[in-house]
Amino acid sequence: MSELTLKTITELREGFRAGDFSAREIAEAFNAAVAAARSLNAFTVETPDLALAAADVADRDRTTDALKPLSGIPLGIKDLFATEGVDSTSGSNILKGFKPTYDSTVSGNLKKAGAGMLGKLNMDEFAMGSSNETSAYGPVISPWKRNDGGNAALTPGGSSGGSAAAVAAGLAPGVTGTDTGGSIRQPAAFTGISGIKPTYGRCSRWGIVAFASSLDQAGPMARTVRDCAIMLEAMASFDPKDATSLNLPVPQWEAGLSSDLRGKKVGIPKEYRIDGVPAEINAIWDQGIEWLKDAGAEVVEISLPHTKYALPTYYIIAPAEASSNLARYDGVRYGLRELGTRSLDDMYAATRAAGFGAEVKRRIMIGTYVLSAGFYDAYFTKAQKVRTLIKRDFTEAFKQCDLILTPTAPSAAFGLQEKMSDPLAMYLNDVFAVPASLAGLPAMSVPGGLDGQGLPLGIHLIGRELDEQGVLNAGLAIEERAGFNHRPARWW
Amino acid sequence: MSVNADQVRHVARLARLALGDDEIDRMVPELNNILGWVEQLGEVDTDGVEPLTAVIDNHLRLRDDVVNDGNVRDDILKNAPDAQHGFFAVPKVIE
Repeated sequence: MSELTLKTITELREGFRAGDFSAREIAEAFNAAVAAARSLNAFTVETPDLALAAADVADRDRTTDALKPLSGIPLGIKDLFATEGVDSTSGSNILKGFKPTYDSTVSGNLKKAGAGMLGKLNMDEFAMGSSNETSAYGPVISPWKRNDGGNAALTPGGSSGGSAAAVAAGLAPGVTGTDTGGSIRQPAAFTGISGIKPTYGRCSRWGIVAFASSLDQAGPMARTVRDCAIMLEAMASFDPKDATSLNLPVPQWEAGLSSDLRGKKVGIPKEYRIDGVPAEINAIWDQGIEWLKDAGAEVVEISLPHTKYALPTYYIIAPAEASSNLARYDGVRYGLRELGTRSLDDMYAATRAAGFGAEVKRRIMIGTYVLSAGFYDAYFTKAQKVRTLIKRDFTEAFKQCDLILTPTAPSAAFGLQEKMSDPLAMYLNDVFAVPASLAGLPAMSVPGGLDGQGLPLGIHLIGRELDEQGVLNAGLAIEERAGFNHRPARWW
Repeated sequence: MSVNADQVRHVARLARLALGDDEIDRMVPELNNILGWVEQLGEVDTDGVEPLTAVIDNHLRLRDDVVNDGNVRDDILKNAPDAQHGFFAVPKVIE
């Protein structure tokens, strides 16, 4: 493995601009790393030629005014971003072979910022999963192993599992993820990297395959907080093509980075101390509290009383929106078509039965049921009311604090197959991540340390709406103190 | 509330999912498990609470009533499983 693949986006940017190495050398190093790591199953498509083409442009522009913020940086793109001319299948058989004729706004923004593309990243089908095991391409294997001498294959988390594994294994310096109920933060925590979900509306959803439109947000995953800030600046934009896009200038998050938290109040929600969570999770949380105090923050206890209702609320709203969004996969306009026996209606039902996997079918069924006549108010309207209360909890809490600190996930990475037979056990993975999603708030996971089995644990920061800067700054304060520089030993 | 096989079959029909009897039978307890779990929301007092409609306050924008797109027929048809004469083709729907 080339030493270039060990570098952060920040280091690559500096070295490329200084002429220490060329963009082509960077792209070649990562292309080789991708090709040598197929046993991880992190990529659904490799696009080495696109990475090289962008690198050649960057090398040509290096000493000119045409140099762009991400010139020379190759990235991985989650498979649910539409990418022009490159398969974009959202991890699903129903979209096999779909080659968009356009770029999503976010991936287009990265391209315009000079970034190259290494390939498309594996994910849970339509982002529905927390272990990457629902992908039509098979699970991504985490580059991490337990240190117990066993060889159990672990999940990198999900749904952005390919994204997380790619960064952790040094196959890409940064990647895009999307987060509907933890799909950036939980995989970042499981693989010892950083990832941020910005405020709902910062990143355009246009060209991102829709799962639950009131929750879906794109965000970056990378090795450091600074790298996340660099990428997020390039990804975010106001986009008239997304009705919920925020018409606000994109802040200069990188320039605004500061780990001095004096004057900041950090809230610790008492409801996040839940039964059955391993002691090591609470220990890393306590360590995070100490680190933020050390950075100058004042720590206060807060209450988010409706926390325990966040997951059941999410598992009504997200499937409801999904059942509506996924109605478009009917075998007519793109993707798979199965003819069925007789009619057009049979074609729809046969196509959808053949193209969707078990978890997607389960969620479509739940969503269709809770939206159906007679049940709509009891389930969907009720959930939207509880969602109002969950959002109000945060509004009240942020009168007493500037940031909220919690664990990212209730465990370290688990083994493949361990939870697939029990949907509810799988859903519980996102117990700490989902409330911020329901409230549309910016939230980030940064690595805190390793557990007794040598697996990474994440620390989770939630900010006020539009305060990505506060979240990034607290993340930086933790990063500086955690000194997390562990990498999985290469076995792939 | 819980669902039986007939109700699951009805929901599958609404969702245009062709499910076999074995899949229906497998789904009945799975869906009941999830529905039983979400019913804990019944504990929450939501009297007088408005359902959330916009997670971040945002003003819906109007745009000028002008054509800003178009002439992309071939792009739109490019991924169709069956495109004929500039249209999406589907099985016959009239006798």
